[in-house]
Amino acid sequence: MFNISKIKNDFPIFKYHRQLTYLDSAAMSLKPKVVIEAEDNYYKKYSANIHRGIYRLSEKATEEYENVRRKIAQFINADSEKEIVFVRNTTEAINLVAYALGRVNLEKGDEIVTTIMEHHSNFVPWQALSNEVGAIFKVIDITDDGYLNLDAYKPKTQNPKSKITTKNLNFLESIITKKTKILALTYVSNVLGTINPVKEIIETAKKINPRIITVVDGAQAIPHYKIHVKDLGCDFLAFSGQKMLGPTGAGVLWGRKELLTQMSPFLFGGEMISEVYLNRTIFAQIPHKFEAGTPHIAGVIGLGAAVDYLTQLGLDKVRDHEKDLTAYALLKLAELKDVTIYGPKEIDRRAGVVTFNLKGVHPHDVAAVLDEENVCLRSGHHCAMPLHERLGIDASVRASFYLYNSKEDVDKLINGLLKVKKIFK
Amino acid sequence: MSIYQEIILEHYRHPKNYGEIKNPTKKIKLTNPLCGDRIEMMIKLVDNIIVEIKFQGQGCAISQAASSLLTDYAKGKSKEKLKKLDREFMIKLLGIDLGPNRIKCALLPLEALKKLLI
Repeated sequence: MFNISKIKNDFPIFKYHRQLTYLDSAAMSLKPKVVIEAEDNYYKKYSANIHRGIYRLSEKATEEYENVRRKIAQFINADSEKEIVFVRNTTEAINLVAYALGRVNLEKGDEIVTTIMEHHSNFVPWQALSNEVGAIFKVIDITDDGYLNLDAYKPKTQNPKSKITTKNLNFLESIITKKTKILALTYVSNVLGTINPVKEIIETAKKINPRIITVVDGAQAIPHYKIHVKDLGCDFLAFSGQKMLGPTGAGVLWGRKELLTQMSPFLFGGEMISEVYLNRTIFAQIPHKFEAGTPHIAGVIGLGAAVDYLTQLGLDKVRDHEKDLTAYALLKLAELKDVTIYGPKEIDRRAGVVTFNLKGVHPHDVAAVLDEENVCLRSGHHCAMPLHERLGIDASVRASFYLYNSKEDVDKLINGLLKVKKIFK
Repeated sequence: MSIYQEIILEHYRHPKNYGEIKNPTKKIKLTNPLCGDRIEMMIKLVDNIIVEIKFQGQGCAISQAASSLLTDYAKGKSKEKLKKLDREFMIKLLGIDLGPNRIKCALLPLEALKKLLI
């Protein structure tokens, strides 16, 4: 079991806001002291640029920065640190793949498959790419209880005379074809909390089309579970540092070495070259050819400290703790009247994200009243408008948990909701 | 002070001028991309005076109360007078202190009204 008061001591924000109940970690995690200090140390003690100075300060900065690359590779069980590209965030990581691989390889009539539960970051880049090259954009639906609907994909232009009913078709064989070039899929829904069977889906997709490129949005997964990227079988995995205790502006794209090697750079300029002549440029090796310009050095170093913190604590324990909190929150919420909870009921297939609505009260009003009680909740569409449309709602309220939350936080949430009900009776 | 004063809640529960006008002089639909609030507002003008004004849509307590209060204020007033209304007017009308995000909820009906007056 977690010692929450000890953990809270590691997060300076609780010294400034003693009554704080922070339930928006799916958007942004809080930062432990060790992360803030790691960034601070870089700026105070060795804030030189990397990869170019001969002097010792620059060598120290380069070493610290590259150490984090090794650390991340170990953390997700990648083959080599050369597969780790530092970017700003998940959105940038996915755009890198869409630009450097998608725009080069896709042509008219090809297909891109994604799901209705994606965050806009793994939806809009692919939709834009489809529109640009004339590809077919297919979206996997969900079931009413919040799982990916793996049995019932119905093509819009289904031939009514066809003897094959969708019921007889395995979902993947009906949606993924030899023309499907890209499958973009989130590991965990940032709204429903659903944990998708990513490994199984990728396995089946690769059987249908061995050349399919699979891009996994790991933003809501990597901070909370141990993930072995090799075991997962995907081609790309994107995640953000700021959701896993790290600084903002430092995220990661993991890509399979042979794919990264074949791909052209995404951004051109400094740091990503090996030789430049008047009429041609030889690009640097991976991963450096994808890191043009001075990166967020302090942010990456901070992210390294975040990985150390998570590793020391143990991700298995983090997951168990969040499972307990989620089960408790679902139970307590269900006891309230007039609450609609979205997403799966099985705790084993659900992450620490609980999204709901209170009948007759707009989500913004719920969040505003809870703010008066020092409870930070998210309200709105959480960058998942297609999913909200599918659920038949404009907006929702979301509480998301992390390692510094406790059952008392859930109790404060419930008490706050009782206050909302009283105000809006 | 809480922004959920009784007057706000009263206008939220029982908004005034909620509904449609049969043959409006003009109507408009607006959305707030931040929260997905939607408002449709319509007016009937006679000699540049608003003789009838109605609104409908989905929104939070602040945007609904603001719409109710603003439409009530606008009824019977001239186009010229209403064109001068601004952010400060809305804050005064609601009588509550709104942060930078929630002020957008209060300003949505004003934006709709202004567009109807062009």
